[in-house]
Amino acid sequence: MLTVLLAIGILVLLSLIFGAILGYANVRFHVEGDPIVDQIDALLPQTQCGQCGHPGCRPYAEAIANGEAINHCPPGGQSTIQALADLLDVEAVPLDGDHGTESAKRVAVIREDECIGCTKCIQACPVDAILGAAKQMHTVIADECTGCDLCVEPCPVDCIDMVEIGVTAKTWSWDKPQGIAATSLDIIATDRQAEVAH
Amino acid sequence: MRTEKPQTAKVFSFHGGIHPPENKAQSLQLPLGKPSLPSELILPLGQHIGQSSRPLVKVGDKVLKGETIAINNGFLSSFLHAPTSGTITAIEERLIAHPSGLSDLCIVLTPDGNETWTDLEPLNNWQDISKTDVLAYLSEMGIVGMGGAGFPTQVKLQGAHKNPLTHFIINAAECEPYITADDMLIREKTLELVAGIEILQHLVEAENVIIGIEDNKPTAIAALKTVLTQRNSDIQLAVVPTKYPSGGEKQLIQLLTGKEVPSGQYPADIGVLCQNVGTCVAIHDAITQGKPLISRFTTLTGDALKSPQNVEVLFGTPVAHLLEYADYESKKLSRLIMGGPMMGYTLDSAAVPIVKTSNCILAASKKELPAPAPEQACIRCGMCEQACPASLLPQQLLWFSKSQEFEKAEHHNLFDCIECGACSYVCPSSIPLVQYYRHSKSSIREAREANVKADLAKQRFEARKARQDAEAAEKEAKRLARQKATTNKATDAKKAAPAKATPTAAAAPATNDESKKLKVDIAIGKSKLKKLQKQLLEAQENEHVEEISNLQLQVTDQEKAIAALEEQLAKTPSAAPAAPAANTEKATPAPVSDELKKAKVDVALIGVKLKKLQKQLVETPDDQELKDKIAAFEADLKAAQDIVSKLSSNAQSSTNATAAEPKAVMSDELKKLKIDAAIAKAAVKKVEKALKKAEEIKAPEADAIRQQLKEAQQRADELEKALANPETAAPKAAPEKAAPTAENTDAEAAKKRKIDLAIAKAGIKKAEKNIQLLKDQGKEESEIEASEWPKKLIEAQQKLAALEAEEGAPAPVEKTAEPVANSEAKAEPEMDLATQIKKEKVAVALAKAQINKLNKRLESTPEEAESIKQEIAATEQRLQSAEALLEKLIHSQTNMQENR
Repeated sequence: MLTVLLAIGILVLLSLIFGAILGYANVRFHVEGDPIVDQIDALLPQTQCGQCGHPGCRPYAEAIANGEAINHCPPGGQSTIQALADLLDVEAVPLDGDHGTESAKRVAVIREDECIGCTKCIQACPVDAILGAAKQMHTVIADECTGCDLCVEPCPVDCIDMVEIGVTAKTWSWDKPQGIAATSLDIIATDRQAEVAH
Repeated sequence: MRTEKPQTAKVFSFHGGIHPPENKAQSLQLPLGKPSLPSELILPLGQHIGQSSRPLVKVGDKVLKGETIAINNGFLSSFLHAPTSGTITAIEERLIAHPSGLSDLCIVLTPDGNETWTDLEPLNNWQDISKTDVLAYLSEMGIVGMGGAGFPTQVKLQGAHKNPLTHFIINAAECEPYITADDMLIREKTLELVAGIEILQHLVEAENVIIGIEDNKPTAIAALKTVLTQRNSDIQLAVVPTKYPSGGEKQLIQLLTGKEVPSGQYPADIGVLCQNVGTCVAIHDAITQGKPLISRFTTLTGDALKSPQNVEVLFGTPVAHLLEYADYESKKLSRLIMGGPMMGYTLDSAAVPIVKTSNCILAASKKELPAPAPEQACIRCGMCEQACPASLLPQQLLWFSKSQEFEKAEHHNLFDCIECGACSYVCPSSIPLVQYYRHSKSSIREAREANVKADLAKQRFEARKARQDAEAAEKEAKRLARQKATTNKATDAKKAAPAKATPTAAAAPATNDESKKLKVDIAIGKSKLKKLQKQLLEAQENEHVEEISNLQLQVTDQEKAIAALEEQLAKTPSAAPAAPAANTEKATPAPVSDELKKAKVDVALIGVKLKKLQKQLVETPDDQELKDKIAAFEADLKAAQDIVSKLSSNAQSSTNATAAEPKAVMSDELKKLKIDAAIAKAAVKKVEKALKKAEEIKAPEADAIRQQLKEAQQRADELEKALANPETAAPKAAPEKAAPTAENTDAEAAKKRKIDLAIAKAGIKKAEKNIQLLKDQGKEESEIEASEWPKKLIEAQQKLAALEAEEGAPAPVEKTAEPVANSEAKAEPEMDLATQIKKEKVAVALAKAQINKLNKRLESTPEEAESIKQEIAATEQRLQSAEALLEKLIHSQTNMQENR
């Protein structure tokens, strides 16, 4: 009987100790905010274009954390969807066409002699990448432009073009090899010879 | 000083490596060649790692041999010099030697054939001046690493100062098959090489200086030994066994020191510096003779060349010129490679120039370099692992690269791969492993760059948001301050007027709070209502019958709730002013206006309901029940409007009674009257609309509505009259003040015109959008015509045109009048003219944009061609007139300037 009581007593004591430790850890290592939102936000392309239907990338990250579909981001494209799927452990689905299609990286260019200096594009730019003042010609800082298209619509004289960023020798990257060809069945040397004979 | 033979250093070994056929003998049969000057030299601005150089010359400039034509652009960049004297004929995009086969910006130099050197300033006192100055001098001489990547030498030497150097290694291994350029360089310039090494040793002060050379270059080794013995040099000579890739920087370091460069670090981190022999010679030439880096040794080899050899070639020489020089047979040529067969890349064109890092041109025949065999499945033989000189797991990396699992590939140290090609060489399944790794590396690099850019965008976005928030907060604070000031005034006034002010003062904030709460409730209710209405609309579109009835019920409930709340709200403020009963005369107008407000709200509510029902009616024109409902609502509306008119007339009379009050009250009255008139006008419009709709559906109550319309118009007229009377009275009261403000009113009128213009424009935009929406919804043309939008569009456009004419018209009159008035002040009209010209330019631009837009629409909707064409014609007319005006203005401006 004593051993039973002793065992129970020890277990109770242990549970109290561990409970105290856990309770302390909960307070000590408490994480403010929702870390998953930050992680999702880090994967989004930060173009702030609003094509997902949210005013910016972070609101969409919050929406994803609350269960919205992960395929509403055209600038991120399939690679972003894949990354989100990996992070959230859900299935990677193809991009939702309703929100736009994945296109090559683009940058806004103002045809400067046509600009009337109305500052509307400056107000529309989510990353302050357009320089200019009222009745002065505006211009886009190409390095800062995320290619979000938001400045095109407000321009009253349609002088903003979205120009694709071409590949230069510095940004060029190697192609992926073809892989194992489906028709490469002439593995044996004699097969190849037969082919030559034809 | 020792007198014995040059020391030979201990040689270690590295993992893996292969022994491909050397094929070095071919290019060593002939002595060093010196090709003639080509017709033009093409000098790419990005010949090295890092930022492209910045050109210093213009097209047409004459340059001398060795003159600086481009300077460094940032830290990791280099200078570029004219390889010969001549004229700069172009600075343009040309094909460059790059695996991508892309073009890049190049300076094109046409030689004059004189080879006139610019003044050379050798750095003879290099032993006395500071090392930093020597490094800067090397940078100005355009010295970059000539072994492989073209890393700016001064940057590498600066990096070597981080840690005390134990080993300074000179890379003479040249392990890649076919290439003999370094071998030839050592044979030809042994003295210069050793002198160059001594200069470098002075700069870096390493404990050991070792030349690493492969044992397949006996002539070069012998030459080096002789010179080292002659000079009694400290430099050690290490002959390493021939094995590919012992010439790799990290492999040679391991061979000569036994130390491995840790992953992700540089040789300098373990106290080792490595320099290519070519770089050492270039440094010697730069310091002792003042010659910048303008040429190099390059191997021309391959079966397609009849006379393979090494040449000393000027940078910018096109490869085609060198092939010509080495008698190439175009029939035999199957692949043209820059670099060696292991690490080189295929050139698509022979027009590309030789650059600072081009050590070999391999013109290979088909037999010599057959097309790669087709890739087959990996059989997990492990030979790639045996061959890898970086001790990686090529198989694992292949899996990860194939399945795009770049993160895992990185974990397996993909970036330690030196892309030597040993694994591909030994692979029995002919898998192009290196190509997979290169693809993975560039994908990872791209992703990293995108990440950096995303972070930047995020930062900027957040900064912008913070700024906007701050601005909004500032505005809000100002607004609150203003509000506080006004309420303070009001309470002060109240305190001053009645003696028993204490209870009211307490009551006022309470009622304020209450009304605030009520307002919030109303806002919430309204937003809910909006949502419900939206849902209802959707349901109607999708024809879900049950949902519609359900939602309609909810909508009416919500509307009732809001109405109740509004009633309550209307009551609460009336309670507050009722308390100070002392001055009832002043208090009376308030309840009246409250009642009026309530009645107006009722009118508005009924109007909304009516509109909705009418909308439904348009969709289901045969619904008798709906028609009945509409009739009932219209009756309600009329009753409510009657109440409003009665109340407003009451209000008028009550205010008329206080008309003797000072001007402030007067303007209040005016305001109220104006509002009433506007409301009446709106009512007229509404009724008109209802009438139109009724006519459209041939409803029997059209007559009744017409009657209503008449009444409403009458009311509006009355109100306007009433409005006119006090308006005429007001200026009489203060005629003296009115005179000086005439200018102000002019300005105000202009402002108003502008606002009208903007409103008209917005109207056009809205109408266009709505038409577009209707089209998108797939409505028939006739339906679109039937809806009021096209009419509205035309109306708005007319209005806009009228307004624009108005805007334009008074201006020139003023302008013509002004110069007469002040003929002396010429600057002012000119400036006005300038602004006017600007304005006209804007108008022209706008008209052009509109034409563009219309043309676009014409393309997309050919069925509407007629109307759009008309519009285009109208806009073009406008454009023409604007342009004519603009021309006239410009003409007059030039005239004015000429007169001056």
